[in-house]
Amino acid sequence: MKVHSYEKAFLAVGIVVLLTCAAALVYATAARGIHLPGVSGRVDPRRVYQTPPFDKPGVREVGPGRYEAVIVSQTWAFVPPEIRVPANAEVTFTATTVDVIHGFNIEGTRLNMMLVPGQISRNSYRFTRPGEYLVICHEYCGLGHHTMAGKVVVEENP
Amino acid sequence: MAALTPTVLDPAGYELPLEQRRLLRWMLYIGYAALIAGVFHGLANALSYAGISILGWFPGLRTYYQGLTAHGVANVLIFTFSFANGFLPLMTARALSRPLDRRFLWASFLALLTGNVLVIYAVVSNQASVLYTSYAPLQAHWTYYLGLVLVVVSTWLALASMLVDLRGWRRQHTGARIPLLAYISISSYLMWFLASLPVAVSFLGFLLPWSMGLVERVDPLLTRTLFWFTGHAIVYAWLLPAYVSWYALLPRQVGGSLISDSYTRVVWILFLLLSIPTGIHHQYTDPGISQHLKALHGVLTFGIFFPSLATAFSVMASLEIGGRRRGGTGLLGWITRIPWGDPSVTAQLLAMLTFVLGGATGLINASYTMNQVIHNTTWVPGHFHMTVGTAVALTLMGVAYWLVPYLSGRGLYSRRLALASSWVYTIGILIFARGMISGGLHGMPRRTFMAEATYYSSEWRLPGLLTGVGGTLMFIGVMLFFLVIGLTIVAGRRGEQPSDIPVSETLTAPALTGWEPRLDRLGWWFAAAVLLIAIAYGPFFLSYAPEAVSPGFRVY
Repeated sequence: MKVHSYEKAFLAVGIVVLLTCAAALVYATAARGIHLPGVSGRVDPRRVYQTPPFDKPGVREVGPGRYEAVIVSQTWAFVPPEIRVPANAEVTFTATTVDVIHGFNIEGTRLNMMLVPGQISRNSYRFTRPGEYLVICHEYCGLGHHTMAGKVVVEENP
Repeated sequence: MAALTPTVLDPAGYELPLEQRRLLRWMLYIGYAALIAGVFHGLANALSYAGISILGWFPGLRTYYQGLTAHGVANVLIFTFSFANGFLPLMTARALSRPLDRRFLWASFLALLTGNVLVIYAVVSNQASVLYTSYAPLQAHWTYYLGLVLVVVSTWLALASMLVDLRGWRRQHTGARIPLLAYISISSYLMWFLASLPVAVSFLGFLLPWSMGLVERVDPLLTRTLFWFTGHAIVYAWLLPAYVSWYALLPRQVGGSLISDSYTRVVWILFLLLSIPTGIHHQYTDPGISQHLKALHGVLTFGIFFPSLATAFSVMASLEIGGRRRGGTGLLGWITRIPWGDPSVTAQLLAMLTFVLGGATGLINASYTMNQVIHNTTWVPGHFHMTVGTAVALTLMGVAYWLVPYLSGRGLYSRRLALASSWVYTIGILIFARGMISGGLHGMPRRTFMAEATYYSSEWRLPGLLTGVGGTLMFIGVMLFFLVIGLTIVAGRRGEQPSDIPVSETLTAPALTGWEPRLDRLGWWFAAAVLLIAIAYGPFFLSYAPEAVSPGFRVY
């Protein structure tokens, strides 16, 4: 198979671009600590509100400057609909659903998770800018899907 | 390249028996009808992002998500597969100069037709507003799942008709290389056959019995993972028929040649190997799947970008050959000599140009951590309306401008109207995608009835407006296509149709010695693809213990 020299050059440049992009991703994950959700345990969707930590939805301080936000989703609301966290704290979001698949996306951040029945979704984020952040269910979940939203209020540190 | 010997395989035209031509023609008509039927809700969805709801004026299917289901199912499932069911066997028969297997062809047609009737019933009666992804535990009526399964079965039967044809040809041509056009047509559907098995397991094994009440509960993460096991490769099943046209037909249409036989086969083998073990990059933000596996699928997704890079070079080179043969000179002068007045050529060239942007945005989707910024935002439909919505759809519209005349025996009704359709559509998609892409970067959600949402962000105003404007132009483009093709079928002049399929010559003939004939051992490559899939999906299926936790919900 003869491959033209221009073609070899074109493909070589392509491979270099792909490898550079891949290296940037490795850097973001390993050096900057940007992670995806992974395996974080299971919960029976029929017994979500009886199973810790979902029996007490809301925000709690779990250590100095570290918070856990426990969120339950259902058609068509988040429980609780609004949470408050201090700026620059490490917030771990732990969430699930009691019925269909929902989404959990905080506007203007990289916090973006699918909430799948039977599974616990978890990821962390540090809000540096105080203010109100819209939380949207961004997976179709039925007739009222476009009414399903919540709020994260990031408060200035005292 | 002048030193190489041009070869033409089977220069004599070949015509299928009339009955088979008619069957293939009707499969293509079903496909194009689905394209046209689906874009009405496409328009409604796009305008919804601009804050306008026109659903109240529709005669039926008046809820947003019912319409979105119809748009997705009609335009990415029925349109694409009906087209491929007609187009790929036609190309195979032409390349092998043999009739297809009659029984499999009929069975394919009837499965497609029955599947369509069932799906239309379920969607129109609002018993299947679950979107084309069919995520459990949202539950549809059983006719929806069964109908979609029948559509998939029709693609298997179309593949069977081609494989029977190939087996007969091989018996008569021992030691000969498979003609390129047949090779790429068959291997496109061979890849899809393998890719379609997981979704078939999901539908037949779980969702269909669950929707009929035979089992009470399913595991949503399992059926979702099975869907995406098929769901990324499916985009290549949509794309490869368009690639068949770009590689093997378009060079002839512009007066050029395909540059390399073996190179083209290698590209298709790479698609067979790499299309499927990449699906988990659609589930980066899912719980219950390990980050390591997500990273592995990310790397493999970068790998599948490679054959498309190779395609960009090869197709561009064959266009350049055509432009220069027609008198084009200088670095870029050949571009002006490509026959831009031929609507079939122009549609496909505009589809390719848009695909460059589609490919680049796709690479960002695959980019592991970056995906978290855009997952399930309008960025994603912005991306795929440039890939399946333009690279594929506009190419298939371009193919129709010679294929429908060829099969119906009538000349194209209006070249100017056809050209206008492609340009309006392309300008539309560029505006539409600019809107959706930028909105997505600001978190504008996809699959959401924005015109009546209870929340809003001021950053979505301009993106939403652009989405509405661009989507309207795309709709007008498809309506012009409808006009041209409809008028061609009923009022095109008899006898003005092309007499043969535009099969390209190849600059380098297929080698008969060395390693290259091994490319024709399709069974061997199929087995290699299975092995790669086992490596990429084995860790999930071996470690995941399914738990049927979810009853069905019909909250639409």
